[in-house]
Amino acid sequence: MIRFDYARPGGVAEAVREGADDLAAYLAGGTNLIDLMKENVARPLEVVDINRLPLARITDLDDGGLRLGALATNADTAYDERVQARYPLLASAILAGASPQLRNAATNGGNLNQRTRCYYFYDIDTPCNKRVPGQGCGAIGGVNRIHAILGASDKCIATHPSDMCVALAALKAQVQVTGPEGERSIAFDDYHRLPGDEPWRDNTLKQGELVTAIDLPADDFSANYTYLKLRDRLSYAFALVSVAVAMRVENGHIADVRIALGGVAHKPWRRTEAEEAIKNERPSDTVFDTAARALLAGATGQGDNSFKIGLAHKAIVRALSQAAAGTPQSQTDKRIR
Amino acid sequence: MNDAVTIDRTSAVEIAGKPIATLPLSLTINGETRELKVEPWTTLLDLLRDKLDLTGTKKGCDHGQCGACTVLIDGRRINSCLKLAMSVDGAEITTIEGLGQPGELHPLQAAFIEHDAFQCGYCTPGQICSAQGLINEGHAKDRQDVREQMSGNLCRCGAYTNIADAVLEVMENQA
Repeated sequence: MIRFDYARPGGVAEAVREGADDLAAYLAGGTNLIDLMKENVARPLEVVDINRLPLARITDLDDGGLRLGALATNADTAYDERVQARYPLLASAILAGASPQLRNAATNGGNLNQRTRCYYFYDIDTPCNKRVPGQGCGAIGGVNRIHAILGASDKCIATHPSDMCVALAALKAQVQVTGPEGERSIAFDDYHRLPGDEPWRDNTLKQGELVTAIDLPADDFSANYTYLKLRDRLSYAFALVSVAVAMRVENGHIADVRIALGGVAHKPWRRTEAEEAIKNERPSDTVFDTAARALLAGATGQGDNSFKIGLAHKAIVRALSQAAAGTPQSQTDKRIR
Repeated sequence: MNDAVTIDRTSAVEIAGKPIATLPLSLTINGETRELKVEPWTTLLDLLRDKLDLTGTKKGCDHGQCGACTVLIDGRRINSCLKLAMSVDGAEITTIEGLGQPGELHPLQAAFIEHDAFQCGYCTPGQICSAQGLINEGHAKDRQDVREQMSGNLCRCGAYTNIADAVLEVMENQA
């Protein structure tokens, strides 16, 4: 870890002033940033510790939605009674990720802004376009079991590692940010980005912008949902493939559905055409297969990760059937039914 | 911070050339309030072990993957290797040294011995702090929950079955 200056602002405006410097980094729970700093992947010259900012509350919104403070911990969010009752998909996804120690420290804003766990990104002795623009990509043609099958570029095949964000994509959350130019609200699908020619940009935040809250819309998906996560060990591992489904079933038909995939792309992967294709249909494996094909159209393996295409297809079908049946995946009993 | 920031050499030299400024920090550790001065890059783990000689908390991976460094902050477990000491200013920290004493073992320590829940013992302080956190947090109801909620603590000797037995016994006794 390199030396840095340390600031601990008490208010959002002061924090944003400190964070405007492009050599500054905001520090919240620290579970990813401190690790990246130890590896010299992140080398901020000023750490702006935002833990004193008043952003840790979870509050009801007037429209029936819920506002998750950016500094509320992942654990406090997952175990919040309102989240458990109204957004069980989100609670389930959070509890599928990391460990209790990490969830007690990690914050909601930090979860959005965590970096990829690509081995080459973490190892400063190997090339990585995300870490050093123009350096090349070690994962393309290298060891790439955990890498992207969708939306990758010839510059970067990294994935976004979050479970929480996959649920937030399916729930169509809004990200509230404050920056040097004021406040704005970003639709979740527009928050993270595909790597393209600028893989060093994980998201669409501008320099110095700070996530202050994540708003959940009022839409009720508490009856038909699931978060299905497939990984190399049953707990405490990143997803190889995960699927979040938020569904509304009326009179035996799919009245509304959102499907988001984790572990397969540089951002939570949604395709509205896959969702539109099965609306108003009766749930069946044939219908679910249609959605899986649409979601995975154009999927490309890199060698080690090619198995993910078939795995994702089956996971989507299984997750849709769990959601339609109202039998969400348990995050303690890992058997998949 | 810009995702692609490459270090500005002039700034880096300027910072590296500065005298190291320590910052004031107040922590209550195992019931005792301590007024300290730390360099901002000091992790809570390094502060405990290297500055305060509380070496019961172990450094395993130093990356938040093994759980050996688990301590309780205001009753909740975290990985002390991934916390800057400065960012927990004012907190109440409990380490393994605060849970039991020689001759007066904490119920979890006694249960770990009773159930043969360790071999080399390196992960044990973290396991016990984590287990106390699990009990404090109150989200575990049965053995399956205990196994899932202890997954942040690795034991390379593979004493998992006995660790689960020990934690479950104390959890049920305290319920």
